[in-house]
Amino acid sequence: MASNYLTGVGGESKQLATWYFTFAAILFGAQLLFGLVAATQYVMPGFLYGVLDFSIARILHINALVVWMVFAMFGSVYWLLPDETGIETVGIKIGKLLFWIFAAAIVVVVLVFLFIQVGKADATTIWFITEGREYIEAPRWADWGIVVVALGFVGNLFLTGMKGKQTGIVTVLMADMIAFAGLYLAGMFFTDNISVDQYWWWWVIHLWVEATWEVFVGAIAAYGLIKMIGAHRQVVEMWLWIEVAMLFGSGILGLGHHYFWIGTPEYWWEIGALFSALEPLPLVAMFVHVLYDWGKTQGSEEEKGNTRSVINNKPAFTWFVLNAFGNFLGAGIWGFFHTLPQVNLYTHGTQFTSAHGHLAFFGAYATILIGMFYIAIQGKNGIKVMKNTRASIWATSMITGGMMGMTVALTIAGYVQVIVSRAQMGATWSGYFDGQSGMWFTQAMDWRLIMGLVIFTGFIILAKDLLTTGKNPVHER
Amino acid sequence: MAKKSVWSDNRFWRRSATWVTGFASILLIWLTFDTSAQIAMGNDKDLKEGITKRVPGPTVINYKITYEMSNKRGHEVPIIGGNDGKGNSLFQQKEKFFGRDDYSEKEAKALLHLGKLGSQAKNCMDCHTLLGNGAYYAPDLTKAWLDPAWGPNGAMQALTGKNTKEEAMAEFLQHPDQYPTHARMMPDLGITAKEAKGLVAFLKHMSSIDTNGFPRNFGKIKGAVHGK
Repeated sequence: MASNYLTGVGGESKQLATWYFTFAAILFGAQLLFGLVAATQYVMPGFLYGVLDFSIARILHINALVVWMVFAMFGSVYWLLPDETGIETVGIKIGKLLFWIFAAAIVVVVLVFLFIQVGKADATTIWFITEGREYIEAPRWADWGIVVVALGFVGNLFLTGMKGKQTGIVTVLMADMIAFAGLYLAGMFFTDNISVDQYWWWWVIHLWVEATWEVFVGAIAAYGLIKMIGAHRQVVEMWLWIEVAMLFGSGILGLGHHYFWIGTPEYWWEIGALFSALEPLPLVAMFVHVLYDWGKTQGSEEEKGNTRSVINNKPAFTWFVLNAFGNFLGAGIWGFFHTLPQVNLYTHGTQFTSAHGHLAFFGAYATILIGMFYIAIQGKNGIKVMKNTRASIWATSMITGGMMGMTVALTIAGYVQVIVSRAQMGATWSGYFDGQSGMWFTQAMDWRLIMGLVIFTGFIILAKDLLTTGKNPVHER
Repeated sequence: MAKKSVWSDNRFWRRSATWVTGFASILLIWLTFDTSAQIAMGNDKDLKEGITKRVPGPTVINYKITYEMSNKRGHEVPIIGGNDGKGNSLFQQKEKFFGRDDYSEKEAKALLHLGKLGSQAKNCMDCHTLLGNGAYYAPDLTKAWLDPAWGPNGAMQALTGKNTKEEAMAEFLQHPDQYPTHARMMPDLGITAKEAKGLVAFLKHMSSIDTNGFPRNFGKIKGAVHGK
């Protein structure tokens, strides 16, 4: 390709990164599409009934979510490794081979979910069709495939980090990614005891999204700040270490807020409440950090009489700032809303959780990973200063605005459920449906669907921008 | 030149991060050992000897299970085989489950195993919540066994034409599309009679798990807070 600038040191690693990003973006689209199906079913329960039931649409919705994020995370690491270490990624050929295995396995798993859906109540189903455990439904054979690919990825990262320059960012990523990969093992066994099942299931889910993934975001944000606004490495890495201390210090034992009601002892009330109440603090720190560095770098340029923006990639930086704010709002505020056991007794397992889940996954992860897509496009096309296009501004506004709207709608639905189904009706079958049939609940679900359509439209525009902006003459080369 | 402060020293923060992470991890592992012991599944001997377990043994399906207020703990707890009046289980009162109340440990274990496998093979968690975790498209199943809808005064026995709770549940699970309770219907998941029996055993067992009072006031009230 004429416009391929990936020929310098680490060109192969960066090329692999673009593969990961491309596949991630496709899965992102699939995630939104199946989310729309599920949202439609809340409004019109007969929609695709018996063909693609809610459970299947939702499995595809949440698994595509997890997998596109994992792909984009792997891609981000392959992208930044040469920049950080100064060398080509060690074992990149194996890395590339593993990408194809990973992608092929995902396609098979998706096809099985789509067309086989459920199986008999036996071990064969668990091994080859579905494990039926939310977020990690992928059958056991795929689990082992994921472990092999993750080992290869961690191998690439470690060998490169040890051979090349081991910056603070690389060190954090090495420690974080091995924990990230290792935790997956906690979700790979079967037990008849549902309490034990849920106990370890949360090790995967919580210690991913509220610990290791957050630290990953901290590392990516640090890289982005150095790369996009020329922030001072020493300052950025100091912040990163503070964030690691705060994120792991609160997030690891914050796991306790999932252990209030699953059969586990009462002491988790106190532990979970205390540590998860602290979880928003590092997110405030991350928010302050991004804005502070931006202001500081811009300010020192202006002192020199330079009025031009220090940002060399506007769309990516926009998404990074949205990440700083979205992470705090979605994971921090919306998480804190219902994290104390006194509140959680009523909100646990309602649309309230769903509101938090949507805004947190979007704010904390989708944003920064989309930002990484743009950084890769900039690098791949040899762009010095990348500008926003009309499409990128529309896409960002529609996706973010739609997500906020959806979160508000789900929060209102959650309130109805908490008050009517839980507090008033005592959580029974009829109490549940009384809540679901209430006017405010159904209105909220209508709005959720509308907002889903806004997000999906935004995604189409985003996809168009990602595919075309690299060649757009508006950027400085 | 001013001496460099420790607060702006990367090495200090790196070490702090390592220590904090290490300390939190060790504490979590230690708590995991304690919790694992407390949530290990009990056995038939415990039930016969009146030992309360957070997760009772599979033969709990031979007993009557209710969900009642414990004044000592300030919330509802599962009561197995009758209440001593203070919110403790007596482990005496039996209850027939598909016509029997003498399932051996082996039989009950096999039923529970089948049911738990079934709950995963049919993706229950992607519409329902179990212990409050899962999807929110259908009712929570944590205490479904105790739901008045399936009891003698509920609608489901009449609807399915069955005389007991467990038979009504099993019938519903096999042909959910024939018994619509809401515009949002459960789809036919190809659940066999045997699998349905296992699933109902799994639900009955789950209702006996001590969930620290979740869900609160389950099945006690109709239409008003603290009303009867």
